[in-house]
Formats: sequence, C-alpha cells, structure tokens
Amino acid sequence: MKLTLKIWRQKNADTKGSLQTYPIDGIDGDMSFLEMLDVLNEELIEKGEEPVVFDHDCREGICGSCSLQIDGRPHGPERHTTTCQLHMRHFNDGDTVIVEPFRATAFPVIKDLMVDRSSFDRIQQAGGYVSVNTSGNTIDANATPVEKDNADEAFNSATCIGCGACVAACVNASAMLFTSAKVSQFALLPQGEVEATRRVLNMVEQMDKEGFGACSNTGACFIECPKDISLENIARINREYLKASAEG
Amino acid sequence: MGKLSASIAKKVAMALSGLFLVLFLAQHFTINFTSVFSEETFNSWSHFMGHNYIVQFIFQPILIFGVVFHFVMGIVLELKNNKARKISYKSYKGNSNSTWASRNMIISGAVILAFLGLHFYDFWVPEIVHKYVESNPEDAFRYYTELVQKFESPVRTGIYVLAFVLLMFHLWHGFASSFQTMGWNNKYSKAVKGFTKLYAIIIPLGFIVIALYHHFFNQIPH
Amino acid sequence: MSILDSKIPEGPLAEKWTNHKNNINLVNPANKRNIDVIVVGTGLAGGSAAATLAELGYNVKTFCYQDSPRRAHSIAAQGGINASKNYQGDGDSDYRLFYDTVKGGDYRSREGNVYRLAEVSANIIDQCVAQGVPFAREYGGLLDNRSFGGVLVSRTFYAKGQTGQQLLLGAYAAMNRQINRGKIEAFNRHEMLDLVLIDGKARGIIARDLVTGELERHSAHAVVIASGGYGNVFFLSTNAMGSNVTASWKIHKKGAYFANPCYTQIHPTCIPVSGDHQSKLTLMSESLRNDGRIWVPKKKEDAEAIRQGKLKPTELSEDERDYYLERRYPSFGNLVPRDVASRAAKERCDAGFGVNKTGEAVFLDFASAIKRYGKEQAVMHGNHNPSEEEVTKLGKEVVANKYGNLFEMYEKIVDANPYETPMMIYPAVHYTMGGIWVDYNLQSTIPGCYVTGEANFSDHGANRLGASALMQGLADGYFILPYTIGDYLADDIRTGKIATDQPEFEEAEKNVRERLEKLINNKGSKSVDDIHKRLGKIMWNKCGMSRNAKGLKEAITEIRELREQFWNEVKVPGSMDEMNPELEKAGRVADFLELGELFAKDALHREESCGGHFREEYQTDEGEAMRDDENFMYVAAWEYNGEPSEAVLHKEQLEYDYIEVKTRSYK
Repeated sequence: MKLTLKIWRQKNADTKGSLQTYPIDGIDGDMSFLEMLDVLNEELIEKGEEPVVFDHDCREGICGSCSLQIDGRPHGPERHTTTCQLHMRHFNDGDTVIVEPFRATAFPVIKDLMVDRSSFDRIQQAGGYVSVNTSGNTIDANATPVEKDNADEAFNSATCIGCGACVAACVNASAMLFTSAKVSQFALLPQGEVEATRRVLNMVEQMDKEGFGACSNTGACFIECPKDISLENIARINREYLKASAEG
Repeated sequence: MGKLSASIAKKVAMALSGLFLVLFLAQHFTINFTSVFSEETFNSWSHFMGHNYIVQFIFQPILIFGVVFHFVMGIVLELKNNKARKISYKSYKGNSNSTWASRNMIISGAVILAFLGLHFYDFWVPEIVHKYVESNPEDAFRYYTELVQKFESPVRTGIYVLAFVLLMFHLWHGFASSFQTMGWNNKYSKAVKGFTKLYAIIIPLGFIVIALYHHFFNQIPH
Repeated sequence: MSILDSKIPEGPLAEKWTNHKNNINLVNPANKRNIDVIVVGTGLAGGSAAATLAELGYNVKTFCYQDSPRRAHSIAAQGGINASKNYQGDGDSDYRLFYDTVKGGDYRSREGNVYRLAEVSANIIDQCVAQGVPFAREYGGLLDNRSFGGVLVSRTFYAKGQTGQQLLLGAYAAMNRQINRGKIEAFNRHEMLDLVLIDGKARGIIARDLVTGELERHSAHAVVIASGGYGNVFFLSTNAMGSNVTASWKIHKKGAYFANPCYTQIHPTCIPVSGDHQSKLTLMSESLRNDGRIWVPKKKEDAEAIRQGKLKPTELSEDERDYYLERRYPSFGNLVPRDVASRAAKERCDAGFGVNKTGEAVFLDFASAIKRYGKEQAVMHGNHNPSEEEVTKLGKEVVANKYGNLFEMYEKIVDANPYETPMMIYPAVHYTMGGIWVDYNLQSTIPGCYVTGEANFSDHGANRLGASALMQGLADGYFILPYTIGDYLADDIRTGKIATDQPEFEEAEKNVRERLEKLINNKGSKSVDDIHKRLGKIMWNKCGMSRNAKGLKEAITEIRELREQFWNEVKVPGSMDEMNPELEKAGRVADFLELGELFAKDALHREESCGGHFREEYQTDEGEAMRDDENFMYVAAWEYNGEPSEAVLHKEQLEYDYIEVKTRSYK
C-alpha cells in the first residue's frame, strides 16, 4: 500500500510548526498505524533526517499514551479504537492521511505529535482519590457490600485511560468527559461518598484553571472515546456539582 | 448556587435561562397562532398582554433580563471555549462525531439575536412609543392589523423564516442539552429528548406557518 | 559458603513476618520529615511504595519515563490478583497460596518471602476496596472470584479483563493524594541513568529530563528501584515499548547482584507475529484457556495446506485434529501452567504442524465450548430438541458474555472472526522472574538500595503463576517495603539533607553525559531498532523457550559481537538537549546488550530444566522438564565485574522446611 502522509512537525514548544508531506510505500494492512510510523521513522533515520516524535507505550490500547488526530479525528476513523490498535487495513492505497497532535491550550505541544497532558494529572491530584491510608489495617473487603449495578457502573467510569481524545474531539476542547468519569467512579461507591462534596468542587475548579473549555453537550467526546465512557458521567458530575454547591 | 465563575455553574445558568425562554416561546406561539383562525381572540389576548400590569412590569423585565443574560453568558462561554483551543486543526471532521447544530450554537444564537433586534424594532419599540411616549388611548383592536401589515414585505417575511429555521437548530440541540447540563439523565431521558426534538421542530415551524399564512393569504387593504 | 545473607527471620514460618516487624527499628514520625526517599518506577510496586512512604511522612520523589505515573505497564495486566481470602469457602488458606506459589515456581523461590506474600495478600484486597478499586461483585454485593491456571481453588479477584488498570489507578490515586499534600514530588518524563553511591551507600540518582534533555542530580537517604522486568531484551514481548532494564542494570553495575536472569516466562496465549514490521506482541488473557481447546492438525499435509490458505481449519474433522495438551496432560488438559503450555506449542510448531503463514501458531478453538454452552442454554430455555443453528446462536451469546472484549480485540488485530474460525495463538515473552537479588527486607547488595516488584527476583522462583504479579507488586509496595526500609533509615535520622555537589554526584553525572555524547556523536549507519531486533532474534532463537549448551554459547558470542557493532555503528539522530526518543532507546538497548549476555551465561550455567528455563539436555523421555535439586537448588546471583562475561557467581542455597520438594506434574 502506498500513502501520502501529511504530518505536523514542530521542533519544540516555542517554535511554530507546519504540516510536512512524506510519501510512504510498502505498507501492509496488518501493521498498526504506529508501526506504519515506525517504518517512516526508520526511513527518515536512514536519510539522516529527524524521526517523527509521538507518544506511545503499551501498544495494546490500555495505557492511554498514544494520541494523534488522524484525518480530523482523534485516534482515527474507527470507533472504540486507540491509535495503536488502528490497523492500516482501514486505509486505501493512494490515500492522503493528515496527522496532527491533539489540539488544546491545556495540551501544549512538546515536539511534533507529542503533547503535554499533565493537566489531566493535576485534575486528579485535586481530589481524584479516597483519603484512606494505604498501610496497616482496614476493614474486611466484604464488610461493605456494594450493589452490583453501582460497582459495574463505577468500573465502567474507571476504565477511562486518560488519553485525551475527548478533549481533542470537542469543539470547545472541554475535559468534562474525562473529569466526570473520574468523579463518577468515586461518586458511585460508598467509599467515595464521604469526600464527594469537596472532590467535585476541587476537581472542577482545577479543570477550569487548566484552561479547558466548557461542555456544550455536543457528544463528540463520547463518540471518539476509545473506551466508550458514557455521557451519563457528564450529567452525573453536573448533578454532583449542583448538590455540592448547594451544600457548600 | 455557587459562584458563576465555574464552567458548570455558567452552563447551568445557560440551561435555566434557556428553559425559561423555551417556555416563553410556547406562550408567544400560542397567542400568535390564534391570529390564523381568530382575529378577535388574537386582539383580545394581545391587548391583555399589553396592558396587564403584572405582565408589563414583572414578566416583561424578567423576560428581557432572561434574554440578555442568556446572550451575555453565551458570549462569555464562547470566549472561554475559543481560548481553550488557540491553534486550530488543519483537518477537523466535526460532522463525524457531532451535529452542526450542537457545534454552532453561537452562530444560530447570533442570528436569532439579530432577528430579535429587528423584532424589537418592528413590534416592541413602536408598542412602547405608542403606549408610554405618545400616550395614545387604549385601542383593543389594532394588534391584528399591525401584525398582518408587517408580513406584507417579502424581505421581512424571508428574514423571519430564516431566523426561525436557525431557532429550530438552536432548540434542536439546546433544549435537550439543558437537561443534561442540569444533571438530569435517567430512564425518562429518552422520552424527554424525543419531546424536545419534536418541540424544536414544531414551534419554529408554527411561527413560519403563521408568517407565510399572513404573507400569502391574508393581505388586507391599507 | 555464601556471602549472601537473606536475613530470613528466625521462628516458625507463619510467625516470621510478625516477629520481624516487632523487632526491626522504627523511625519516629517527626524524624521521617527529615528523610528523603527516591522511588524509580511508578507501576504497582513503585506507585504503592511511594504513596505509603509519603503517607508515613517521608519526603518522596518519584521518577517515571512515561508522561504520567498512571501509564506504567502494570496497567496492561488483565486477569486478576490472588489473595487467600477464602471467601468462596473452598479450603483456601495462606499456606495453600504459599504452597501453590512455591510449587508453581518449581521450588526455586525463597520460602520465607513467599509465605509473607501469601500472608499479606488478603490485606491487599481490603486496602484496595477501601481505596475505591471497583472489583467485580456478585449480585449480593460481595466480591466475586475466578479461578486461574495451576491451582485448585478460586482465589483470584478481578475487574473484568482490566484488573491491572484498576489496581494501578488505585495506587496512582493514593499517590495523587500525597502529591496534593506536597509529600510526593513526581518527576514524570524522567529517566534514571545512574545510581550515586557515597561511602558505599545509595544516596541519589542521576536522571535525565526527557523533555529538555537536561541531566539532574537528586539525592536521598534511600533509593527504591521498581522499574519492572526486562522482557524487552527479546525485542518482541508483551511488555510496553518503553519497558527496560536500565535502572536495574545501572544498580547492578554499581554493586547490586543480578539473580536468575535466565528465568523468563513465556505466555502461551498471545497473538502470533504477523510480519517483520511487528513492534510488540499482544497477550490474550489466560482465562481463554478455560473454554478454548488448543490443537494443530494431525497430518503435516493438512498443516501445510492450512498455511497456504488452501484448507480451512473448520474443514478438518475431529479425528484429523491433535488436541495435544489434552493428549499429553489428561488431568490438567488445556489448563496446564504457562511454561508447560508454551513449550508444547513450540514442540508442535517445530515439528512442522504450525498453522499460520510463518508456521508459528496453533489453534485455540471455541467451537466445542459454543456447542456445549448452546445446548445448556437451550435446555434452560425449555428447548430439549434445538436445531444446530439455535445451539450455535445461544452458545455464541454465552461466549460473547464471557470473552466478548477479548474476541473484539483479537478481531481488531488479526481481522478474523474468532466466533467463526479458531483463534491462532503463539507463546510470547511476558514476564521475567529473574531480577535484582534482594534480602528479606527487599534490600539489594547495595546498602540503601531497595528493589520491589518485577524488578526483584524474590517470590516466583523459576515460573510465576497467573494473577501473582499484581499481588507481589502491591505486597512489596503497600505492606513490606514501608516497614523494612525503616530499619535501615533509622540510622539516618541525623544525616540531614544530602548535598548534590559532592564529587560522587559530579563523577556520576560526568559518566552519564559522556555516554550520551558517545551515542549522539557516533554517526554510524545502523538504527537502534535494527540492532535491537537482531538482539531479539538471537535471544528468541537461542535463549527462548528451550535452550541448549551449544546455542547458548553461540548466543554469548553473537551478543558480544552485536554489542561491539552497536557501539561502532549505531546512529542516533538529533541532539542531547531536546526530546529525543531515539537517544532514550539507544541507552536502553545498550543495557539490554549487556544483560542479554549475562542472561545466556546464567542459562548456560544452570544445567537443569526448571520452570521457565528448559534445557533440552535435561528432559525426561516424554519431554518433560528435569530438575536437578542436588546441584541447582540455589539462587544464582551474579556480581558485576567489568564485563558480563566476567560476572562472578554467588549462590544462595534454598531450603525447604515447610514444604516437600516434589517433581512438578500436571499429567
């Protein structure tokens, strides 16, 4: 398979970037999108040029490192798929593919396609935990039964991999799906209830401080989310926020 | 409720003011619609609205505040959202994951606002001048004629139709969205969503029908 | 005879840990404020240790090469975590978990450590639930369990196929709490490139900020290495692309002994290699073996025809198929431990029965499970005479419920529907039981340098059982290290802050800088990946699932030559002072090229077959592994001495007082 790649190249955070064109040949349908970029990088190194920098690690769709806006969509055209799990068989011979970094003011570019998503970490540091000591003894795990539905729902929210596709897809670069998933996970469990008020207020405050946009319920985040995190989380965080504001 | 500085608070304020305007729209539509079948009813209802003290001095200011608030908050959020992505994508396939209406509330909103300006110029300003500046005597039968005269112009009728098409888009997304923003997402949500979509089409379409009806079928001599 | 002191406490097995905790030194809470600890790696072992140490009051600095601690590769663990809770009432106990682990490890692990692991395992579950980890539950609201390979009880706690993710997010959340309190300072996108020793004690590290390229000095009173395993020495493995041995190797070169490097776990159910472009391998959960049947064609011609695409697997009748695990191991069947299943697959493929285009794959077939479940369901629905279509439809629904996400993942990668045609699988490198030698306190042979999780060698012997890695990582981090490190740090309460302008720091930084400069300025012609792939081929072919003296000797020579070639011909583009992933990779591959040789040397010296280490010369007539307890019941700990080939062997004899040493049999 032969492709024309248009890839965003940017030396570092302080310089301006632009799209560069790279023709590439010999692409096999069984390759993942990142393996295709590996092939390109090997060619660039051979030619004495600098390889394209992008984030990736586990390459099995769970670590959330990989990103990339491929042809105008985060993680490319397939639903419920991270870039590392996107295979080249979904492209056609002769296609032109545009590859850009995830764009958001809160995700500044580090180099080429690599962005800084530490804003997500700071949102979680603001309250995404249960304040329980991790050493020593606690009560028996089965002392507090949790309704299966709530446990499953909490699990579903907790499967967010923090890749940032929701922000990248959103017309407002809003981080509400991410933040709401993190708030929901605890809101649904008895262990998380005690600190619910403080948690939601602090996490939303941090989210705003990081410069993400406001949610306007376009639903793009949910469509592009590789892990199918539901929009109900956003309703839940709104609810939790209103409740917390009324109390506090 | 907490400070309006948080994005969620702003969104909730947007949703509440929007819902209020949706209610107002239903009331406005009901009165206008009477003009299609009964000149008399239309005149008497309009007269009531125009001269009832509660409507005039309590509801009307609240409505004006609601409109201005919805509009100002919309601009504030839009500015915040624009700042959240300073460098835009070279390639952005928004249609593959969301509707045009949902992504362009500011555009549909701005057109509706411009139309509101025209609407004020057409009806509200003359009405205020008529009543409070010139202090004309009460005339309970003038409303219907005034209405029909306005729809004589094809340009004005065209603008009117266009504005309501955009209102359709605005409501299509906004009405349902307000429930989500207020945290209301449960087993009834599907039914409510269906209702909001129906509402988003029927009400603006009704306004358009009224306008076209008066424009094409109801030209009274001057 | 040995200079290695494992410091196993005295007393009966079940009381060792309690006695030890009661007798070790503690650090007063007020003094903890004056003590700094560095933790390298933020997976389950590192993240949990960092959180707990910070909570106790120490000042913690964490380092990880990822952009966030939450992305460490623990996140990819699928199946579950063992704990001897005995919630199912099926006779589980600390002793039974201990027994299973020691037996599963082929009697090459330390009794005291393993018993302690079993002892704290229940506490891990309590702890994680308290933190809000959403484990799977039953309708009654209580925790659910599943069973795993190689054991006879149901003790595995899980969160669908994402247990590692949920546990890591739990540890990360605990870290976040401490970051918010200012007790942890997290250095993400940072890589540790050397350990700094002052007066023989670990006193700090040299780290590179991967974004700016700057070299930084960080001092501490103790350094904890929790940087995971070294499976990527094989290039292709189920490890993350960035997983590396660098932190472990650096401390090895500074004096920490490296134990049992040849013990590698090859996981039997991975998606086969599809071509030369392949960058990593993907694991399919072991749970698939509960219902999938593994087979290859009986006749070579059929295998050949399948390879060429002329014959479909579904066209072969039952008697034309060889369910080789059921044939060889009638009692455990498809659920034999990982090492056994992997070797059997390799044996069939080597004999010419492989079923994909490369000849390196076997079938994992769900057709009979679909039929069995379908019939059950039909009867449950009151249909006692269902048609074949009805059975298939109902059966597929059951299978989809159990393994839906795995089937989807398989289809995404391979582009074949496993409901219709059998899956193809092949073993792949998955976990390394070997690692830095540590004593009972998890301290390496360098005072003040502790090693936890997969990076140490301690608990799994020569083979690890499923769902035990998560247990070990969290046991080390939450419950063991935070106590044992206090024993050492108690002497440091008056030391005060350690200055980073000391000559030792200067020297270490200079060495790191020179090495990086050498890589950047080399201007060779071979890319890092090119050399890494070649190293991987040598390792896989000669130090892989089965090994022999001749191959291992060749491997040692070839790796040495490749290392020379690397330093002469490697090409690293870009500069040192910027984000440069090629430079990062080059440094890691340079270390793998040294470790690989030690690996082969260790495998060559161990003239027996045990667990994941299978020497062709040492097998029974039926092809089963043959241990030599008389001569090799010891931990081989290697001391660095200039070159991997010069490494000095130290033996820690293993003693089994509470368990009878037997031949492992799953027949």
